[in-house]
Amino acid sequence: MTVALIELVDVCRRYDGDTPVEALRDVNLVIPAGDSVAIVGPSGSGKSTLLHIIGCLDRPTSGTYCLDGIDTGNIGDSLLASLRGQRIGFVFQSFHLLSFRTAIDNVMLAEVYLRRPRSGRRDRALAALDRVGLAARAEHLPSAMSGGERQRVAIARALVTEPPLLLCDEPTGNLDSANTAGVLALIDGLRADQLTVVMITHDPSVAAHANRIVGMVDGQLTEHVTDMGLIPAGEIRRHTT
Amino acid sequence: MTPETPALRPSRISLRDLWSEAVAACLARPARAALTVLGTVLGIAALVATLGVSKTASGQIVARFDALAATDVTVTPRTAAGPVVSRVIPWDAASRIRRLAGVVAAGTSADVDVKGALVRSVPLNDPSGQSTFQLPVKAASPELFAAIRARVASGRVFDEGHSVRGDRVAVIGPAAADRLNLTGVDQQPAIFIGERLYLVIGVLSDVARQADMLGAVIIPEGTARHEFGLVAPGSVQIDTEIGAARLIAQQAPIALNPDNPALFRVAQPPDAQGTKNAVKNDLNALFIILGLVSLLVGALGIANVTLVSVLERIGEIGLRRALGAGRRHIAAQFLTESALMGLFGGIIGASLGTSATVLVAIYRHWTPILDPKVPLLAPLVGTSIGLISGLYPAWRAARLQPVEALRSAI
Repeated sequence: MTVALIELVDVCRRYDGDTPVEALRDVNLVIPAGDSVAIVGPSGSGKSTLLHIIGCLDRPTSGTYCLDGIDTGNIGDSLLASLRGQRIGFVFQSFHLLSFRTAIDNVMLAEVYLRRPRSGRRDRALAALDRVGLAARAEHLPSAMSGGERQRVAIARALVTEPPLLLCDEPTGNLDSANTAGVLALIDGLRADQLTVVMITHDPSVAAHANRIVGMVDGQLTEHVTDMGLIPAGEIRRHTT
Repeated sequence: MTPETPALRPSRISLRDLWSEAVAACLARPARAALTVLGTVLGIAALVATLGVSKTASGQIVARFDALAATDVTVTPRTAAGPVVSRVIPWDAASRIRRLAGVVAAGTSADVDVKGALVRSVPLNDPSGQSTFQLPVKAASPELFAAIRARVASGRVFDEGHSVRGDRVAVIGPAAADRLNLTGVDQQPAIFIGERLYLVIGVLSDVARQADMLGAVIIPEGTARHEFGLVAPGSVQIDTEIGAARLIAQQAPIALNPDNPALFRVAQPPDAQGTKNAVKNDLNALFIILGLVSLLVGALGIANVTLVSVLERIGEIGLRRALGAGRRHIAAQFLTESALMGLFGGIIGASLGTSATVLVAIYRHWTPILDPKVPLLAPLVGTSIGLISGLYPAWRAARLQPVEALRSAI
């Protein structure tokens, strides 16, 4: 049996306000280590909220979420931050690179909060840049790079901490088709290295690079697509565990 | 938990990383950082310069004060000023005072009532010019010239013999000599006081005390007593050794009249430390207030810019939170940045203030004096100001939810 890296049980996320919104409703999802999952759905479907919950950037209103065996409901904000830093590599649609720092400095930033020794930090960052094919551009500022290169720097930053989970939020949303192909090829390569990859996208061609596709509508998982075809939502847990 | 992943450990940022992150953030916007610290720079510079310049200035005042005023004691009768009408100060006052330990010189003097007599020079130089003047006539004991540190331009001063014999001789001050058209005593010039002829034996060039002697005709006490009926000396001038003035001031009245020392009024130098503090307080209160106001403005500047910086860097805060930073790490970073700006402000301000002190001292030919604690404390003060200014912005930054923060682009 594969070990579950991500396990959501009856997760709900409600936003209180003048008009309360139920962004997630009874979401049950198990993702084993080494899997790659695409969460697809129209905007407003709750896929961003689900990504925030999985990324420990937000907490469920009810239900439980375990990441790497740690129940996120049982730890405080401070440890939740540590969990993000040590277990998850984030890749954002808008790259989130510090514009006044070079590529390698941006990659090195990922280690600042991780209790890793300063010695060797530069070498590890350079190795991560090498892994995304940008070792030669290490000393360039983001402004001197193409969108695809920037996203690869962001992926290198996510990889340098060697997290078990890579979480991508519309990783190709700001890229043209050529750069999209390059970034997706890179993510495919990471999948092959048994890294767990979860990405949200509204682009079916991007989602096709995952070996599982989870659809979302109105805050609920609707269908579960694999290489083999469509599977009803109720069978997701049975299928993946 | 997957077997190969290490246990979860709380996030931490090393001091060195915190420092380099703060430096990098300040250097990312150098112009803004420079403008931000300007207020603190001006405030600290104003404070350091105020303290430095005033200390330098009061140092000079005290030095001058030590040289002359601290050795100056005068004794006068406790009666009204003016012509001497009763005998309070004895004729031998100078020699009585002279015996006290710590006295360098002592002499008596008095205004002489010449009953309206005018002074005129013997008209041999300039018959057309005015030659008759109403000049003050003073009587002096021979030792007075030493006690007022008089310098002689020409001739000599009179001695005890002139006084005892009642010789008609006079020493005149430089201003009086000018008016009487006397340039020296080579020609044995003479002047008339009323109808009495006096031989001018000396012309003074300068006195350190009793500046009214500069414009006066000075005759021996014995002569004044004999010719004009002088009753008694009007005052005793004492030149003491440095540090002896206060003691002499206590002893002089007793030496002059052991039965009733309360008859005398003694003018003595004010307390040196008191003078120094008074000078400092008067000169500085305004500048210190100005400096503090500048510091307050500087603090508000840092607070304002740090707050703007927090709002501009929401995306960066979100990224750092995603990378594992806890709230306290975010707060620590913004506090370090504001403290860093305060520190730079303090260092630059202290340098400017010290330079200003030195420049003022050079311009005024003074010796620059600055308490070493002042420039050393300035960076500390700047850092504290930065820290305090950063409290609210740091709190705002730490309060941001990661999800909200990540919605902003960097």
